[in-house]
Amino acid sequence: MYNFEFAKAKTIGDAVKALASDDAQALGGGQTLLPTMKQRLAAPTVLVSLNAIPEMIGVCVNDAGEVCIGGATTHAAVAREVAAHYPALAALASHIGDPAVRNRGTIGGSLANNDPSACYPAAVLGSGATVKTNARDIAADDYFLGMFTTALEQGEIITEVRFPVPHKANYQKFVQPASRFALVGVYVAQYAGGVRVAVTGAASDGVFRWAEAEAALSGDFAAGALDALAVPGNDMITDLHGSADYRAHLVKVMTKRAVAAAH
Amino acid sequence: MPKDTGIGARSKRREDVRFLTGRGAYTDDLAMQGQVHAVMVRSTVAHGRIVSIDTSAAAAMPGVLAIFTGEDFVAVGGNPAGWLINSRDGTPMREPKRPVLAHGKVRHVGDAYAAVIAETHEQARDAAEAVAAGTEIEELPAIVDMAAAVANAGNRVHDEIPDNLCFDWGWIEDNRAAVDAAMKAAPHVTTLELVNNRLVPNAMEPRASIGEYNPGTGDYKLTTTSQNPHLTKLLVCAFVLGIPEHKLTVVAPDVGGGFGSKIYHYGEEALVLAAAKKLGRPVRWTADRTESFLTDAHGRDHVTTIEVGATLDGEILAIRTNTLANVGAYLSNFSTATPTFLHGTLMAGPYKVPHVYVNLKAVFTNTAPVDAYRGAGRPEATYSLERAIDKMARELKLDPVAVRRKNLLKPDQFPYTTPVGLVYDIGDYHATLDKALEMADLAGFEARAAKSRAAGKLRGVGLSTWIEACGIAPSHLVGQLGSRVGLYDAATVRVSATGTIQVMTGAHSHGQGHETVFAQVVADKLGVAESAVEIVHGDTSKIPFGMGSYGSRSLAVCGSAMDRALDKIIDKGKKIAAHMLEAAEGDITFENGSFSVAGTDKAKSFGEIAFSAYVPHNYPLETLEPGLEETAFYDPNNFTYPAGAYLCEVEVDPDTGKVTICSFTCADDFGNVMNPMVVEGQVHGGVAQGIGQALVEHTAYDENGQLLTASYMDYTMPRADDLPFYQVDHSCATPCTHNPLGVKGCGEAGAIGSPPAVVNAVIDALHRGGMTQVSHIDMPLTPARVWAAMQA
Ligand SMILES: Cc1cc2nc3c(=O)[nH]c(=O)nc-3n(C[C@H](O)[C@H](O)[C@H](O)COP(=O)(O)OP(=O)(O)OC[C@H]3O[C@@H](n4cnc5c(N)ncnc54)[C@H](O)[C@@H]3O)c2cc1C
Repeated sequence: MYNFEFAKAKTIGDAVKALASDDAQALGGGQTLLPTMKQRLAAPTVLVSLNAIPEMIGVCVNDAGEVCIGGATTHAAVAREVAAHYPALAALASHIGDPAVRNRGTIGGSLANNDPSACYPAAVLGSGATVKTNARDIAADDYFLGMFTTALEQGEIITEVRFPVPHKANYQKFVQPASRFALVGVYVAQYAGGVRVAVTGAASDGVFRWAEAEAALSGDFAAGALDALAVPGNDMITDLHGSADYRAHLVKVMTKRAVAAAH
Repeated sequence: MPKDTGIGARSKRREDVRFLTGRGAYTDDLAMQGQVHAVMVRSTVAHGRIVSIDTSAAAAMPGVLAIFTGEDFVAVGGNPAGWLINSRDGTPMREPKRPVLAHGKVRHVGDAYAAVIAETHEQARDAAEAVAAGTEIEELPAIVDMAAAVANAGNRVHDEIPDNLCFDWGWIEDNRAAVDAAMKAAPHVTTLELVNNRLVPNAMEPRASIGEYNPGTGDYKLTTTSQNPHLTKLLVCAFVLGIPEHKLTVVAPDVGGGFGSKIYHYGEEALVLAAAKKLGRPVRWTADRTESFLTDAHGRDHVTTIEVGATLDGEILAIRTNTLANVGAYLSNFSTATPTFLHGTLMAGPYKVPHVYVNLKAVFTNTAPVDAYRGAGRPEATYSLERAIDKMARELKLDPVAVRRKNLLKPDQFPYTTPVGLVYDIGDYHATLDKALEMADLAGFEARAAKSRAAGKLRGVGLSTWIEACGIAPSHLVGQLGSRVGLYDAATVRVSATGTIQVMTGAHSHGQGHETVFAQVVADKLGVAESAVEIVHGDTSKIPFGMGSYGSRSLAVCGSAMDRALDKIIDKGKKIAAHMLEAAEGDITFENGSFSVAGTDKAKSFGEIAFSAYVPHNYPLETLEPGLEETAFYDPNNFTYPAGAYLCEVEVDPDTGKVTICSFTCADDFGNVMNPMVVEGQVHGGVAQGIGQALVEHTAYDENGQLLTASYMDYTMPRADDLPFYQVDHSCATPCTHNPLGVKGCGEAGAIGSPPAVVNAVIDALHRGGMTQVSHIDMPLTPARVWAAMQA
């Protein structure tokens, strides 16, 4: 790790100001950023911690019935506090990493990072959530722009994420054996307007919606509705842990399991 | 009644008090007055010619005290291989120099070619980056694949070794023709090609070393993460730096696991000593996790073709193997012994096989050195054999259990001389097999399989009947076979005036529990409380000598030395007692801590005798020296041969290929057991590592020699939820016939016997599920690999 300055913002405004300089960087739980800094692969001169901004921490339900999660809320807090409102989302949070990771890592950090194998992107895209920043609201469909790439501008911070609550939902994660991130993760959510299916871990462009499955499940929300479908291997990742074909196969298996388990 | 103290008791591990309360003292915990920090500058390419190293910018950076490069060590020696192997044609192996720092060429990613010493670790790290920036390395094509390495004479890891071949070994070469003939005549031949996957040891504590030099006395001290401090001392003094042996102390304090990787001497140890001498200040180095992945000696990495010739009813007639064994870029200390005398000599397994021949070519590649890792050679032999025998049974439509029963040696056939040069002294392989089948309720398997089927899963069962050879010995034999060291061990028993006891052991404990178990043996033998005994290890200034801990040798070899020293203590005690009790020495008996005159009630306690030895007021001074301290060296006259039967039951998810271990049963024969709890712990840990190798652990280099699995994001260690609750048993014991405690060793068994049981179980599950086309899957059996095999 190289030396850096440390700023602990108390308000969103303070944080945005502190992040104005080019080589300043936001710090959420540090679960991704700090290991990168230890390896000397990242070298921000100022780290602006978002963990002490009260308006960015916690869970509530707004008038529209959406579950609103502060951008600096930890995975553990989501697992605990969202369980009563949106159990599938809480269950997803409760299986991210290990207790230490869940007690530090934040939803904002995870979404800003947009690791192609991360879990939250599937929930956000699968729920059609809204990513709220200090500057604007971004619809999930406009937010994820490919592996490690998002619609966030330099210095823009995620202050809240708002999830509409579906009738039924479930997340199925088939773990990459070493990291236990998602080798393939599928989030299925059934809303009045239709079913959303979001897939993480599998594709080289990061999280995506599986349109054919959404159409089939919107007609018949049953695992059998997917029987005739197949995911093409073209855009899937091939690496040490699985071929593109294997990932494509798992997408279908996990989608079926998610449908069967949704409640 | 189970005993509550002494031999056979489940005494709690006394070392755990300090480990579990954070009071262990590991090398990196030790702060030295005036210490400075070393950071190694490591190659980022697998193979390259060092064109130039400009250290001037780094030298001018804040806090920098010294910079070393390979040039600084040209005049000193190299780190040698501990075992000289001759090729089939009689020529000695090729042994390139392994310098302290790479010189001329870098040969694997992580190969250190320079080192920076600075006041702080961060300063040293900054300057190390500047050295790297000032270095020009001309990258050469990487040699990664073994077959290509041997085939391509143009591209050389070591310029002086044309075909990248260290040796081409035949065991036993004189038997080759007879084995070929037997194979040719065999009614059935099973052939199997398999890979024994390369493993990264992943000790919890990374390697660390601190060098000290006292200019006032000329004394050096090395504190280091070693399983084998005396060997390190010998190598540093006699081979590498030329320090007179009496001027170097090596201390291996608490060591957080080694699994083989800390047996060896590494360049960083010589570097911190040389730097300490130059600067007159303690110099410390601790590997980070990336360095551990890149530079700790890896394990396994064999590519083997095994053939088993058999009758149609499954009697094994001949076994022949051809193996390429990766030794990596340099020869680590035991890298030449591991694939030969710890592998080829085990290729008969626990079976009565008339003809066995092993050919093994050791190959240099641009990868980290490969050396002994828990089991060392024996897991490779066991895996080849147990996989091939299972395949043979399947091909001949025979029951794999029956095939093993047919070929296992019978209890009345011992001592048994194998066709690969070992003499098994004793064993009952049928007993352990029967025990394992009973414990695992093999009879109930079909019912469990039906349940699995109903849940959409495929269930399978796999067996492995294994044998190993521990406590490599005797020295005169290993000397003939090429060992450059002796393989005895030593212990000193020091009784104090108040009757408490210290035992200085050559064996080093880094997780095995010696401090508890050795004390149990002493307490039992001298009739004192375990708490009156302290085991001292890991400091060459305190211990007579030792060959360290590896190869499941500690209790069998060092424990035997300790037992001999205890005998000497008792003998001397009898002399003292005879004098004090005014009786003839021959009439003194020693039992339960009391010296007594046979047939009388006259007695002296052990404590009284100890006191008298140090306060010799009433003492036979004319004939006996005061004091009560004895040393013994013990050189065994044979290996020990633990053996057992392992049974694994798995479920395979046909949708994803994921394997779940449902149960794992071990029936082991370790001879006499000193502490069942510690033995069970060793088996649990060994099996966990074996399951890790079988299911998840995978070391992958890409074609450029970059280690793809250089962190826990990509290298999978088995976790608790990957593992079942084990059923272990060691009741079918046949005590070793040639050491005083009758012990065989248990440290490696789990890692040796388990991988084939797991793989056999998965293949069985797939066959039962109708996928009879799958005859083999290479380890690790990750979901992706199993699924791919199912699609074939
Ligand atoms: C051992 C381990 C296991 C893990 N397993 C999983 C897993 O199974 N599934 C999974 O999804 N993830 C997993 N993770 C990742 C974990 O969820 C991280 O917490 C997450 O990816 C990053 O969140 P963070 O709060 O720690 O962000 P940080 O590391 O602090 O920051 C990450 C990036 O986001 C930026 N950032 C942080 N907060 C904000 C914000 N509010 N607005 C804008 N930018 C911000 C930072 O500047 C940085 O660029 C694992 C991590 C570890 C270490």
